[in-house]
Amino acid sequence: MSVIEAIVFYIFAGLLVFSSVFILFGRNIIRSAMWLMAALGAVAALLLLLGANYLAAVQLVLYIGGVLVLIVFGVMLTAKSPYIRYDVKLHEQIAGFVVGGLLLAGLLVALLNSPWPKPPGVVSDQAASVRDFGERLLTSYWLPFELVSLLLLAVMVGAAVLARPEKR
Amino acid sequence: MPSFLHSPTDKTPTPIDRIIRHRGIVLNGFILLLLVPIPLAFAVWKLAPATVQAVLSSQWAVSLIMLAVSLLIIVHMCAVCILAERKLSAYIQDRLGPNRVGWGGMLQPIADGIKFVLKEEVIPARAEKAIFVVAPCLAFAVSLLGFAIIPWAGEITWPWTDASGNPVTVTTQVASLDIGLLYMLAIGSISVYGVVLAGWASNNKYAHFGGMRATAQMLSYEVPLGLGLLVIILSSGTLRLEEIVNQQATTGVWNIMAHPVAACLVLVAAFAETNRSPFDLAECEQELIAGFHTEYSAMKFALFFLGEYAHMVTASAFLTAIFLGGWSLWPGYDPLAEVHTWWAALIKFNVFWGKVLAVIAFYMLVRWTLPRFRFDQLMSMAWKGLVPIGMVMVIIALAMNTVGLRPDPAKGFAGNFAYFGASLAMNVVVIVVTMAIGARRPPVTGRQPNLPPVQA
Repeated sequence: MSVIEAIVFYIFAGLLVFSSVFILFGRNIIRSAMWLMAALGAVAALLLLLGANYLAAVQLVLYIGGVLVLIVFGVMLTAKSPYIRYDVKLHEQIAGFVVGGLLLAGLLVALLNSPWPKPPGVVSDQAASVRDFGERLLTSYWLPFELVSLLLLAVMVGAAVLARPEKR
Repeated sequence: MPSFLHSPTDKTPTPIDRIIRHRGIVLNGFILLLLVPIPLAFAVWKLAPATVQAVLSSQWAVSLIMLAVSLLIIVHMCAVCILAERKLSAYIQDRLGPNRVGWGGMLQPIADGIKFVLKEEVIPARAEKAIFVVAPCLAFAVSLLGFAIIPWAGEITWPWTDASGNPVTVTTQVASLDIGLLYMLAIGSISVYGVVLAGWASNNKYAHFGGMRATAQMLSYEVPLGLGLLVIILSSGTLRLEEIVNQQATTGVWNIMAHPVAACLVLVAAFAETNRSPFDLAECEQELIAGFHTEYSAMKFALFFLGEYAHMVTASAFLTAIFLGGWSLWPGYDPLAEVHTWWAALIKFNVFWGKVLAVIAFYMLVRWTLPRFRFDQLMSMAWKGLVPIGMVMVIIALAMNTVGLRPDPAKGFAGNFAYFGASLAMNVVVIVVTMAIGARRPPVTGRQPNLPPVQA
């Protein structure tokens, strides 16, 4: 890892941690959404830095351009007062800590037990190319791919049915 | 009225007039700006040719230079575009347009800029301040991001060789990404935020409606945009923008000739994504005051304004690269397709920008010719018109791929004639069928059928 890469990595990693903390402690839901956008963008930048261009683009298109827009959209359409604030109750905090702690423990166990490729900084350009990705999806992993598309199709049909005006 | 602004009756020169109308100052400034860099560059070249060669041989430095050059061009292009738009709208509406500042109004952008800087910044008391300030910056910054992957002038092979005697080749792209078109879609999907956050943070119901409309519109029109681009991806077999341009140049078949329907889809979607008329419902004056930028003033409004124009320039550059052959001179046989010298790159750069200017002029003509859609018309056009056509085009492109009709860069125009003819024929069939279906239906007026008839 060159010096520039290291600097860029620490900038975006710092941004990721910083904005994640702000998602947690924000009281205003739209601001939290904005910090979430920064966090997702930082993840996309880290993926780009790893040479996983396709994943970075998908991260941007799906999460920032799709999921987060829908969150913001939904909040804005359903909010009763212009700036909703939410207060977290104590039992919710405890539940959150328990779930988060379990997740962290699980991730730590998985991370500490997994063999890391050595040397850690080297990523081949070929592994991440879009063409490879597409070919793998349609050959080795065709079943999960098709299942996911089926699921998405079902969701789309369901959404269309729900959104249809009732016939009188 | 403040003393530095024009009043319609008072013709005495204002302080700004005194600066701008002092043609000596302005003229000398222009001459300095234009002429100083040339001897400077020549002197540097004469003094330290080895250093210059070393710098120009590295892709990093060339990328940085292209970044600076294209950003400068775009930012200035915004100003020129605003003037051009005002002049063009004046011509279409039989007015004179701005003609007071500088030579026949040529320096109006400078006056506009000074005006924006001098105006008072108003932040509404109940606005969400941080997001209110961030939103215009986001809108402007995101619209500049797309320029990173545009292949301005193909590759340059320098007249010198490196230490081991190999020719040095650099590309005039800032970043050559293998996800090219996906990057473009990703940037497009981020550009929603500037508008929607501005609308929300203003704490103004009209602004809020404008932001909502803009979001719904951008989300809807991303689908036909994606489908239109998918046709090109399928036929060219790559996501890289520079390869798409190279293919068009070497085969001599521009994508707009082989895939006119896809070009129309992407063009319409690009209009909608830039929020310009006939798709400017987000700032529809009759209904929403000024839409999402109702509460914005001074430089923050100017950022939205510049962002819109920068977005328009980006969209035009993408359309040029994807459909209009990029830097390729003309369809058929392009004499410069395989020439990679620096002077060829200069010609290509100018050709590219000439095409971009033509597309921008088209944008402006459309804006001042067509009336605005109503919101339900807008939605039904996207979902009932463009999306089905786009799906048909994708299926046709897939079928043509399967039977092996795709551009072959190794052959020239004659070798690719079968692909071109078949694709064009299929497109014509789709156009005819669509028009026939459209003619069978009652005309789409968007009138709701359950409303009582209008009383005379």
